[in-house]
Amino acid sequence: MLLTASSAILMILQQAPADNVDWDAEFGVEEEVRDPVTGELPVDPYVEDNANAGADPYDSTSLAAAFGGREGIQRIAERTVEISEADQRIAEIFVAHDMVRLKRTLGEQFCYLLNAGCSYSGRDMRSAHDGMGVTRADLNALVENLQQAMREADVPFAAQNKLLAKLAPMSGDVVER
Amino acid sequence: MTRFLFYPIFVFSMAIVPALHARETATPDQPGPVAIPYSDVLEVRQAEPTDHAIAYARVLESHGSTDASIPRTLPAVANTGAAGVPAIKPPDREASAAGARVDIDLFEGGKLLLTNGITTIEGGSGGGIATWATIAGREMKGGIGVQGSFTAIELPDFGWRSYGAAIGISDRVELSYVRQDFDTRSAGAALGLGRGYTFNQDVWAAKLRVAGDAVYGSPVLPQIAIGAEYKRNHDGAITALLGASDDEGVDYTLSATKLLLQHSLLVNATVRLTKANQQGLLGFGSAADGYKVQVEGSLAYMLSRRAVVGAEYRSKPDNLGLGEDDWLDIFAAYAVNNHLTLSAAYVDLGSIATFEDQRGGFLQAQIAF
Repeated sequence: MLLTASSAILMILQQAPADNVDWDAEFGVEEEVRDPVTGELPVDPYVEDNANAGADPYDSTSLAAAFGGREGIQRIAERTVEISEADQRIAEIFVAHDMVRLKRTLGEQFCYLLNAGCSYSGRDMRSAHDGMGVTRADLNALVENLQQAMREADVPFAAQNKLLAKLAPMSGDVVER
Repeated sequence: MTRFLFYPIFVFSMAIVPALHARETATPDQPGPVAIPYSDVLEVRQAEPTDHAIAYARVLESHGSTDASIPRTLPAVANTGAAGVPAIKPPDREASAAGARVDIDLFEGGKLLLTNGITTIEGGSGGGIATWATIAGREMKGGIGVQGSFTAIELPDFGWRSYGAAIGISDRVELSYVRQDFDTRSAGAALGLGRGYTFNQDVWAAKLRVAGDAVYGSPVLPQIAIGAEYKRNHDGAITALLGASDDEGVDYTLSATKLLLQHSLLVNATVRLTKANQQGLLGFGSAADGYKVQVEGSLAYMLSRRAVVGAEYRSKPDNLGLGEDDWLDIFAAYAVNNHLTLSAAYVDLGSIATFEDQRGGFLQAQIAF
């Protein structure tokens, strides 16, 4: 009884903030604006280099055809990100990261590694995954999602494995625990 | 009776693996993305206080709020200035895992399909007759997985049944047990043991992954594991008559396994230090012979993420002078779902207790969590 009464009194005494406060100005929050052209959020500057892709590309250009060329590869990358965002095992890793940018850079990385005529403009694997706490189990989930995206795009299994063969050795830069 | 059931099941399963594989490649069986309600996403976002929330709390404070639920001491807002990364911090998963709760995943699963191998006749993870460096169960680091299996081998003169169980701890340690029953059938009468005399053996084994990863990491560094298998034969009186010097023994194994993704090929090589006769069913060593180094090799080609076909070889000593042969098999394994793996193989076990040309079928059902 006493507790209820004191809570009620505390609630009445509590002052509501004024209606016309500009909260962003009040806390000095700078809104991050997406680039009007690319739709991506700004990132800290870094040196772009194809070596950031984490592996050398295949010499032959024939493998790219199995993935539907440059456009097919980009679709597979986007689909992989979409499946992963909806995958309860790993979805929280993607929250608060720029999916627009990830879809582009992941597509570039696949395209570069498969020698489908792209440069990779993203960050290196270590700094791109820094602080995410990714485990090997997370990596397995991502591999399964990539496999699903490739299966949906009718990429032959042996060709799927050729892409995975380029990605698997990067685990040391991605896995943190 | 079981013998008459075996052959139809064996033929059926050898035929069904390609059929299931065709189905797998035709239709993606994983459901499409599950839509997560936006409110759930918001909840995840709010699990960690955003800069907005922290700043809001501060402003409330400066406006004289008396709400005790708002913490009085808040961390300084590190507002990333020019060209800052997104202001919202990703949830710190490590910190939440290191809480008071002991974070062990029981049966959560996390391994890629088939990377826990199939159960060997000695109970551990491998390819059927050869031991691999893989760890049983479907758990990765921080988890404890289990695996159970039933294996039947039908040969012209003998029948084999084995029942195995294994635990995989943190994808690092494997502890396993298998009970082997080897039925001599009519050969038992010819050997003077009596028709249907059955040899029995228990195998307790431990395996430790010491380096590498079969799937990830350096393409030239395989997953390497060491193992010890304690085998106890229950028919010491008979194996002694055959010339075996002991009815129990320990095998030591060193295995290296790597998935060569570029070729869709899994390669395994194992060195085994053993004194076992017919892997222990006919006892251990002899008056003249003890430990010898033997080799095992496996090659497996992945048809899909669910289906694999391969071949194995295993060398064996001939301590008893009964003409013991090396073993060969051709196998197919299919992951029906995340937990059930069915395997079928054609095995050539050569001469067993002077009965030549023991070639036949191997069937295994394995459940793993």
